[in-house]
Amino acid sequence: MSVLVFAEISDGKFKKAAFEAVSYGRQVADLLGSKVVAVAIGQGADGSELGLYGAHQVKTISVGEAFTADAYAAAVHGVANEVSATTVIVSNTYTGKSLSPRLAQLMGASLASNVVSLPDTQDGFNVKRGVFSGKAFAFVNLTRTNKVLAITPNSFEIKTFGESAQVENSSVGLSNSGLTIDAVNKVTGKIPLTEAEVVISGGRGLKGPENWHLIEDLATALGAATACSKPVSDMEWRPHSEHVGQTGITIKPNLYVAVGISGAIQHLAGVSSSKVIVAINKDPEAPFFKAADYGIVGDAFEVLPQLIAAAKN
Amino acid sequence: MKILACISVVPDTTTKITFTDNNTQFNTAGVQYILNPYDELAVTRGLEIAEANGGTLTIVHVGKADAEPVIRKALSMGANEAIRIDAEAMDAQHVAEEISKIAEGYDLIITGRESIDYNGGAVCGLLGAMLGIPSINVVTRIDYAAGKFSFDRDIDGGRETVSCAGPCVASAQKDLCEPRIPNMRGIMAARTKPLQVVPAKTSGGYSQYASFELPAPKSGVKLIDPSEAGKLIDILRNEAKVI
Ligand SMILES: Cc1cc2nc3c(=O)[nH]c(=O)nc-3n(C[C@H](O)[C@H](O)[C@H](O)COP(=O)(O)OP(=O)(O)OC[C@H]3O[C@@H](n4cnc5c(N)ncnc54)[C@H](O)[C@@H]3O)c2cc1C
Ligand SMILES: Nc1ncnc2c1ncn2[C@@H]1O[C@H](COP(=O)(O)O)[C@@H](O)[C@H]1O
Repeated sequence: MSVLVFAEISDGKFKKAAFEAVSYGRQVADLLGSKVVAVAIGQGADGSELGLYGAHQVKTISVGEAFTADAYAAAVHGVANEVSATTVIVSNTYTGKSLSPRLAQLMGASLASNVVSLPDTQDGFNVKRGVFSGKAFAFVNLTRTNKVLAITPNSFEIKTFGESAQVENSSVGLSNSGLTIDAVNKVTGKIPLTEAEVVISGGRGLKGPENWHLIEDLATALGAATACSKPVSDMEWRPHSEHVGQTGITIKPNLYVAVGISGAIQHLAGVSSSKVIVAINKDPEAPFFKAADYGIVGDAFEVLPQLIAAAKN
Repeated sequence: MKILACISVVPDTTTKITFTDNNTQFNTAGVQYILNPYDELAVTRGLEIAEANGGTLTIVHVGKADAEPVIRKALSMGANEAIRIDAEAMDAQHVAEEISKIAEGYDLIITGRESIDYNGGAVCGLLGAMLGIPSINVVTRIDYAAGKFSFDRDIDGGRETVSCAGPCVASAQKDLCEPRIPNMRGIMAARTKPLQVVPAKTSGGYSQYASFELPAPKSGVKLIDPSEAGKLIDILRNEAKVI
């Protein structure tokens, strides 16, 4: 029996989410008294790197990186059989979200996404997962022998184990997908919102897209990603991929800075699990102050330049 | 062309979430139920494609009779017919298993990206695997031309374009379309449109929700004077240690 971790590769490198998943997988394996194997599909990444984060063994499938859910799920299922894995860990990224249900179906496994805790195995196999779009958590008992867990990015500290992993090619190949990939457009050089540790977000209080340089300058100074409220993306001041909240992306950075955002319940749903929240709003009654750790009651156009200057220092 | 849109019925987005029975049950008192916002997009785009290609749109919901007003809403948007599979939905796997039993013969199945209550985001992929067809998550565009479906979908750090011949299943993401608002004629017509109730064929049994928890409340905001805003950076660096 083993725990298998899908270690995601992007642009020839393991993602941070892959290290999180491996380190989480190792802790699950320790709990279950089994070993942890990582599977890496794609080229360029050095599988032995995963030993540091706790992998005992790494299976590689050296093909191009083009991800399709059907082909990847079949391949990971093949490796799960190869190493007798009953529990598979993936990160709940877009890739992981596409992969995990198909994999669960192939394995006849119980599936839990948005997982934010290690399993509690005292009475069955229970995990804590986010529900109601960030407004609550549920403890769910996974009742099948096989399990697939999709863990929320940025929810687990990356632990290092300083061991070496045995790396080998898997005998499993990547089958053809029923889907043709016609074009891929990746924004390079920008930090993907779901993976960012710091997020600077702007709302309608910024008055217009021409003022977004203030958000971007602060983000650049802090190595942060940028986000926005729903009306801001609805009015096309910003791309919809930046819209966070109940009907946008749910994020969990270490620091979320909300500028000129009122703090509507639907907005808070997507960001309230952030470790530290800062609200900047000229209205002292703005609901965001109730959800924030730090606040500045002031005009964004006066406050942001000061923050940018201090951050560059 | 036959299109199937899967809909879930969820608490209104403004709902304050609370629990009862020692945090084991969601408190439904006073909760207003709505069509899951992503499923509104699934229904709308399904209709647009059906209308453009001389096809039909069927709505499917796994749930009890109390969901029928929301099913009628989807019909009033213009769908031709609806199927309610009579079962208390246990989890995404149970829902997908039930839908897979009626999903034969559709060229395109559309779900929402996720239901805003349990946020599984799983029904699309599960259905794809159960039916042995491609699944395309978080699509922001669906078009049909020359016997092929073409999609744009969100990926980590970008977007991609994919295509396939049907049948296939896709999950709707914001940007797919503007949700259609039912008009008076649609609302009248929906009253008499076929809503077939079929018995459940499976029993679930993949997971059990044991209890719930609300996020820990914030201990109170610490205000910084706007004339000394730069101090915030110092606090975030040295006190909160997040930058
Ligand atoms: C079904 C549904 C789903 C929704 N989903 C989402 C979602 O996912 N995400 C989301 O964000 N919203 C969502 N909403 C919308 C949500 O209810 C709010 O309308 C929205 O979050 C408000 O955006 P905002 O705070 O940017 O704008 P506003 O509410 O207009 O707030 C602007 C704020 O800026 C402040 N301000 C103005 N000028 C300045 C200045 N110069 N300096 C500093 N502060 C200033 C104001 O005091 C105010 O608090 C949803 C709504 C519905 C009905
Ligand atoms: N009870 C249900 N009946 C029909 N479709 C559902 C049901 N629950 C979820 N779905 C569909 O599956 C999508 C994803 O739901 P989930 O996997 O629960 O997040 C929803 O947007 C719906 O399209």
